[in-house]
Amino acid sequence: MSQHRTAGEDLALLTAHEASRCLAEGKVSSVQLTQRMLDRISQSQNNVFITVNLKALEEAAAADARRAKGEVRGPLDGIPMALKDNISTQGLRTTCASRMLADFVPPYSATVARRLSDAGCVLLGKLNMDEFAMGSTSENSYFGAVKNPKDPQRVAGGSSGGSAAAVAENLAYFTLGSDTGGSVRQPAAMCGVMGMKPTYGRISRYGVVAFASSLDQIGPITKDAEDCALVLAAIAGKDPYDGSSLANPLPDYLAALEGGAKGLRIGIPKEYMGEGISPEVRAAVEAMAKTLEDQGAVVESCSLPRTEYALSAYYVISSAEACSNLGRYDGVKYGYRTKEYKNLAEMIEKTRSEGFGDEVKRRILLGTYTLSAGYFDAYYKRAQQARTLIMEDFRKVFHQYDVLLTPTSPVTAWPLGQKHANPLELYAMDVCTVSVNVAGLPACSVPCGLDSQGLPIGAQFIANTLGEAVLLRAAAAAEKGGSV
Amino acid sequence: MTITIETVQHIAHLAKLQLSDTEMSRLADEMEKIVGFADKLGELDIEGVKPTTHAVAVHNVLRDDELKPSYDRGKILQNAPERDAACFLVPKVVE
Amino acid sequence: MDEFKTVIGLEVHAELDTKSKIYCGCTTEFGGEENTHVCPICSGMPGVLPMLNRKVVEYCVRAGLALNCAINPYSRQDRKHYFYPDLPKAFQTSQFDQPLCLKGYVDIVADGQPKRIGITRIHIEEDAGKLIHEVGQTRVDYNRCGVPLIEIVTEPDFENSAQVHAFLEALREILLYTEVSNCKMEEGSLRCDVNLSIHRVGEPFGTRTEMKNLNSFSAAVAAVQYEAQRQRRVLSAGGKITQDTLRWDDAAGNNYVMRSKEDADEYFYFPEPDIMPMVLSDGYIDRIRQTLPELPAHRRERYVSQMGLPLYDAQLLTVSKFISDFFDQTVAAGAQPKSVSNFIMGDIMRLLNERGWAAEKLPISAQSMAELLSLIEKGAISNSMGSKVIEIMFDEAKSPTDIVQERGMAQVSDAGAIREMCRQVIAENPKIVDDYKGGKVKAITALVGQVMKMSRGKANPSMVNQLLEELLN
Ligand SMILES: [Mg+2]
Ligand SMILES: [Zn+2]
Repeated sequence: MSQHRTAGEDLALLTAHEASRCLAEGKVSSVQLTQRMLDRISQSQNNVFITVNLKALEEAAAADARRAKGEVRGPLDGIPMALKDNISTQGLRTTCASRMLADFVPPYSATVARRLSDAGCVLLGKLNMDEFAMGSTSENSYFGAVKNPKDPQRVAGGSSGGSAAAVAENLAYFTLGSDTGGSVRQPAAMCGVMGMKPTYGRISRYGVVAFASSLDQIGPITKDAEDCALVLAAIAGKDPYDGSSLANPLPDYLAALEGGAKGLRIGIPKEYMGEGISPEVRAAVEAMAKTLEDQGAVVESCSLPRTEYALSAYYVISSAEACSNLGRYDGVKYGYRTKEYKNLAEMIEKTRSEGFGDEVKRRILLGTYTLSAGYFDAYYKRAQQARTLIMEDFRKVFHQYDVLLTPTSPVTAWPLGQKHANPLELYAMDVCTVSVNVAGLPACSVPCGLDSQGLPIGAQFIANTLGEAVLLRAAAAAEKGGSV
Repeated sequence: MTITIETVQHIAHLAKLQLSDTEMSRLADEMEKIVGFADKLGELDIEGVKPTTHAVAVHNVLRDDELKPSYDRGKILQNAPERDAACFLVPKVVE
Repeated sequence: MDEFKTVIGLEVHAELDTKSKIYCGCTTEFGGEENTHVCPICSGMPGVLPMLNRKVVEYCVRAGLALNCAINPYSRQDRKHYFYPDLPKAFQTSQFDQPLCLKGYVDIVADGQPKRIGITRIHIEEDAGKLIHEVGQTRVDYNRCGVPLIEIVTEPDFENSAQVHAFLEALREILLYTEVSNCKMEEGSLRCDVNLSIHRVGEPFGTRTEMKNLNSFSAAVAAVQYEAQRQRRVLSAGGKITQDTLRWDDAAGNNYVMRSKEDADEYFYFPEPDIMPMVLSDGYIDRIRQTLPELPAHRRERYVSQMGLPLYDAQLLTVSKFISDFFDQTVAAGAQPKSVSNFIMGDIMRLLNERGWAAEKLPISAQSMAELLSLIEKGAISNSMGSKVIEIMFDEAKSPTDIVQERGMAQVSDAGAIREMCRQVIAENPKIVDDYKGGKVKAITALVGQVMKMSRGKANPSMVNQLLEELLN
């Protein structure tokens, strides 16, 4: 574990757990932490936030008041954080980075937003993203592209680009993103921070604007594994408003950090290390494997033979579910409505055509096509059968390994605009992350050094269902190795 | 699988999207590539394989038949592009 | 001789009698100001998720068992997509290929002929909202969105409107007896769509039309007759039936095309990812089966064959499950079936009617009813006094014995006292006595009436009759 820094240094550089300790020791107030973040947010040039919460300081003052009365709610009380803008926040607009919802103010909060608020967190604001979480660069935003804080000429990854950039640029102590096909892990990798997608169902999706219901999962983006454990403990668990949320008890995530690499059985699936993976990324992941081996882990090569079908299955399932979930944006109840129309049909069509961006329309069309008469069996049903086979592959390797280690993204952050014109090439960039969503498994991306251009590389750990604790153990061990 | 402009037109109509001619031909191109890529699934031997419709193996998640207060009407209507004091308003629906 | 055969199938939507909606806690109560029974879930706001009401599954299974269906051990919900402003999510959460109930039947009697109507399936789904059409605009009210429904799909087993009517009556009774729906037609709790085709005898089935918006049994009957006639006319004139969706206009007594096949909807059904599948165990199904009441058709059969009641009585007694239960309980408490039936069909129905009360408000227990009937049988009170006691029991929570005692209503069976009154009446009515003696035997009833009046109804009428005869002869 890194040495604990204190309030003597720049407050912005602290991790959430360090900031928590400073608050506990009375060295700093939540208002000071929040003000520091708000100052940085206002100076940031990277288009990270869509909306800043004007009540942040008020919330911070309330946290300080609680602390003064000895009513601290827990380790995250008074910690300023921010949420991806597809997480509904009562009274604070939630846009999904879409023109369609540019002025939408939810009358209710997502369960994760409420749980963090109940834990005492201060909400700094809402983070930029790809429109409706569709994309892997955060360029598909009605509010403009997110720039990578490590190199503003480059993409931050996506779709939770704002969530990763905010942590990387020290604009929030932690953030939440959503991960449908890698949208937490890939931007975390590209921005050099940690991001976890827990098991499908581990965290409530209630109030998270749906993209692909059977794949979506909320995940924390943090500066280190200890912060990830703290946030996970605050938001995970059964929610009576989400029928897919799991009732299994939460393990002690903080204790899991102490497990160490010794005896950890790590498999490296060969399908993730082959063609298409940049040599620098591959080398970095291999180097991490070596470090862990040096610490006592057992590292072996293994195989997930159906990996090559995951990407197709993912795009079929996610697009079909997206076209269903996005039907509700019709200009009737909320959101954008076109200005001129002759009748209802035209009102709906023009509203949707003007309200959605290109990528969203592309996915809606693909989903409509695969669900339309005669194609259901060839696409959606077949994709779900592929899903069964992909899950089987994972089940088999998890008899032998505690975690799998792979790259998170085949390449490091590319220049803004570069791949924008070629959707298929862009889709292929998700190759390392989508299998995990298709199988509903937990995975995290941890920083894994820099490439020759100084850009962050991410390594991905994948665990079996509900294996968040072992992911944290592996991630903490990897951090330790890295800091040697 | 070739995706013609007519196909895109038909699909767009079903999806309630209005596309310009240039959008239409670009999308026909793109969709053809993407669908071709989805066609890879055809290679898989799926004989007898059960589809996974839900990512978690949980069933019978039900709630009790209990009343919860509804929302204040103002909150339900607050985001409506057009409304009166009680309802959402849309152009006249012809049945 | 009719050369055409009509083939009819029904899709009946019944609203389930739950307190809360199918996926949220909003009330299902009918009416209410527009958009006041609404929350983010039932108005389809971004990010909301459905949470299925346990009672909805239970009620559907109850209905399925009562309609002789097999219960699907694995079922799930699917999304049925279409764009319409009354459907806030742009899909209706319904069931497609794995409904809760499959393959059942209902036995009916129409035009004196018994007939078995097959049930294809029963599934659960949500109701849509309401559109209020005004000049130049339509107002949208989501109060009804998410009200739970079952959709009952029949086989194309009907041949005419009489069978349709008999089926709807039978179905309504069963849904009422199983208490899964209140079947209030005026609140739209029971609605049906009709699929109808006709073909010449010996030829394959014709093209069918689907007719919507049938909100009463009489509308269903009229619509079936109208549509069968219409198709007959078209075919007889050498025309062709097109596969249209029609809308019944009850006021005008005709239908018109809502949409034609060319723009038939594609629903893009797929499994609802947000609702976990339902896996129903035999134990669960059996537990529900054990709570099913005896159904009305079976009760009628029992009343006639085992209790010897006329069919007319059996039919009236089973109009309401409450009354039928009351009848059975009173008989079980020792009363004679026909006497119970007479009092229910007479005094009790009349009093309920006069007060405008539903049967469920009947303030008399089966025990006190049996007690009252035993007072009559023992001769402690007369039949007509019995009617008065019932009326008092409607207002006062007292036992019939107490009422009779308190008010001195007990029948006078003292022969001496009655003989005295008879003498007096004979003396005061020489004209009637003459009539009687002159051969008009019926004139004695007038004398009985006078004695009863003199005794303020308390004299034992058969003793009065007997003593009058004795004195006159
Ligand atoms: Mg239906
Ligand atoms: Zn509701």
